[in-house]
Amino acid sequence: MNIRSIVDNLKKPFEKGEKLEKFYPAFDAFETFLFVPNHTAKKGAHIRDAIDLKRVMITVIIALLPALFYGIYNTGYQYLVQTNDSFTTLDAILHGSYKIVPMIAVSYIVGLSIEFLFAIWRGHQVNEGYLVTGLLIPMIMPVDIPLWMVGISVAFAVIIGKEAFGGTGMNILNPALTARAFAFFAYPTYMSGNQVWVSEASNVDGVSGETILGMLAAGNSPEQFGVLEMFVGSIPGSIAETSTLMVLIGAFILIYTGIGSWRIMLGGVIGAAITGLLFNFWGANALMSFDWQNHLIVGGFAFGIVFMATDPVSAAQTIKGKWIYGILVGILCILIRVFNPAYPEGVMLAILLMNVFAPTIDHYVVEANVKRRENRLKTQLKTAR
Amino acid sequence: MSQDILIKKGLSINIKGVAQKEVKKIPLSKFYGHNLDDFHLLIPKLEVGIGDYVKRGQPLFYSKLNEAIKFVSNVSGYVKDIVRGERRKILNIIIERDKKDSVQKNNIPSLPRLDSAVIIKSLLSSGCWPFIKQRPFDIIADPTRTPKSIFISCFDSAPLPVDYSFILNDRLDHFKYGLSILKKLASGNLFLGLNSSQKLLESELEDYNINFFNGPHPSGNVGVQIHHIDPINSGDIVWVLNPEDVVIIGEFFKTGEFNPTRTLAVSGPPVKSPKYFRLTIGAQLHSVLSNVELVEDAELRYINGNVLTGKTVSSNGFLGFYNNNLSVLKEGNNYKLFGWIPFINNKVPSIYKTSFSWLSNGKPKDYDTNLNGEERAFVATGEMENVFPMDIYPMQLIKECLIGDIEKMEKLGIYEVSPEDFGLIDYSSSSKIEAQTIIREGLDYLYKETQ
Repeated sequence: MNIRSIVDNLKKPFEKGEKLEKFYPAFDAFETFLFVPNHTAKKGAHIRDAIDLKRVMITVIIALLPALFYGIYNTGYQYLVQTNDSFTTLDAILHGSYKIVPMIAVSYIVGLSIEFLFAIWRGHQVNEGYLVTGLLIPMIMPVDIPLWMVGISVAFAVIIGKEAFGGTGMNILNPALTARAFAFFAYPTYMSGNQVWVSEASNVDGVSGETILGMLAAGNSPEQFGVLEMFVGSIPGSIAETSTLMVLIGAFILIYTGIGSWRIMLGGVIGAAITGLLFNFWGANALMSFDWQNHLIVGGFAFGIVFMATDPVSAAQTIKGKWIYGILVGILCILIRVFNPAYPEGVMLAILLMNVFAPTIDHYVVEANVKRRENRLKTQLKTAR
Repeated sequence: MSQDILIKKGLSINIKGVAQKEVKKIPLSKFYGHNLDDFHLLIPKLEVGIGDYVKRGQPLFYSKLNEAIKFVSNVSGYVKDIVRGERRKILNIIIERDKKDSVQKNNIPSLPRLDSAVIIKSLLSSGCWPFIKQRPFDIIADPTRTPKSIFISCFDSAPLPVDYSFILNDRLDHFKYGLSILKKLASGNLFLGLNSSQKLLESELEDYNINFFNGPHPSGNVGVQIHHIDPINSGDIVWVLNPEDVVIIGEFFKTGEFNPTRTLAVSGPPVKSPKYFRLTIGAQLHSVLSNVELVEDAELRYINGNVLTGKTVSSNGFLGFYNNNLSVLKEGNNYKLFGWIPFINNKVPSIYKTSFSWLSNGKPKDYDTNLNGEERAFVATGEMENVFPMDIYPMQLIKECLIGDIEKMEKLGIYEVSPEDFGLIDYSSSSKIEAQTIIREGLDYLYKETQ
């Protein structure tokens, strides 16, 4: 008996008119996880591309893995460095896994449970979007955040950030950033300051676990970190955001496969670089005079612009709009960093703000297209006269 | 003044089984169908009943909206059946061919004496009129309105392309005569779209207004060509025809006989030695398929038209009115274990590089009808724009069609598009959106509300 016939047998009670009909969406999610269904094109084009949302989402997850693995290592590394004991890479990975795997588990269990409930309630298929969101959420949290906070943030993001708008494809804000913003404003003591960025920093006396941007905002210079460390990512920060190198590998995967918008990424880098450069000339505070190249590799900028700003649902949807949106995210990120010492990490707020304005950007891009068409009609009427 | 236009956005889909340049003669079909589904939005009024004898070219029915538009029998014989569907809607009129081939003769004045009124009258009564379709709405042209131009795309860029240079090769006289007739209809605004590779056709047609289009599909779609040469504004009417239908019109004006000959490419991966067949429009598919060698032990789908825009037809159905190709595909009704994981299931081609299929992009591939996923909400953006070479925002237009906001549909350019222009969007959508169906319904709604 092969797997297919086992699945066919299991499917029977979930089919129309059977006992468990209501739970069909849940069964369907598991079935389509195992098998691409045997559906054929009925209307429209008779042939279809191999791409579907499952494959889109899994590609994003693959792109996230380098940053995740490095984040796990770095979590252990940052912790073990403080203790001053000698340690191996394996020790660092073990400690990191011990902290992070439960967070991922909580995120998926809470988030997917809510998704399944909504799917059953609405009677439609379980959408794959949460596979990415569920991994992103723990990756952008401080390592010491309690698990129950992860759970509540996830619930908030999925219910208020996504399902309240009608589910996948309808949300205005990026759900993962919604979760982080929720945690950020609801539990500020766990989300900022100098105690949260290094695993169990509060238990190790006399160690500062501040992020580089935090130090700069407080007027200190992050001289213990070189450019190479910032780029490779062996610095304190949210779990997976620290390594620009690993984020670049992810960006390469997204751009190469065609899944992520290179326009948004490039636009963001251009916007941030130019803004950073302009502030370098001004140089009124530590963050302004912080080298513009370094702005691109510290904090969550790289991670945000590659994985969060490119979320196709909450970003601008037209090709021209994507450029404008990307550039503005870059500019705003540096502006927030420089002008608001209370939020030294600007990328989260910059992306959320631009999420809100993305439909407006698209509106004007489309409006320009409408104008072109109207003008064409006017010239035709004139020449006809 | 000829223009050279390079289409950049789009996608050429390379499918196994393109028809070889070889025409096979086959025995005539016993039955011929007149499928009403080919004429969108048409309400037919019958002129014949079951058992009546009809000549080739004799009217079978006319349009209720304009009684002058006649639809004639493609062969001579007896009306065998009038197939009706729900609420007695007429689906098909089937003629059993007799061996006499008696034909309805028409007296046609010579070319200099033909003016547009006479031409239109002759086209309407002869049964040639339905070959002329109009944009907007992609329906049979309204003879009471003068078009601002007529467009004919002389090449096919769709998957399993039909080679019109080959089809027209031995019928160029009639083709050119047809063109000179049509030129009288739109104050001379007759535009032909050619591909740079069609050298012979180019030299033969130098007296006409030719524009060149190169690049991936849909560069051969007449809608794309109109958009780049003489775009349709609100209130404009443009007529479009298929090249071989111009031949039929040309032949009619030369001989006075309606002779609906069709050169049909039977192609697709399951077809062994795909080639062309010369037959008559409406022929029963049996008569063709019995001369085609197909792969065995596979469930097949037959499509009147190309694989992006055509209509499924059963093997005992009939050849469509407009299509020059009969595409054959394997039904993809099988499950694929973990087929959604990237780099598994590499046999299914993709425009995204999430499988190794792109490594062999130069080679023709086997495609089947599997949806390769399930329908989902709009998520991925930009993918529609990438395969849509018009200055129109396809996703926004689709959304307004779904909502049914006529004002916004007009503003976003609904008049310029026809469902076939959205074929590639159907194909490439990661959310498996049925864009052609949405646009067709949007156009129908607009037609109902405004005409």
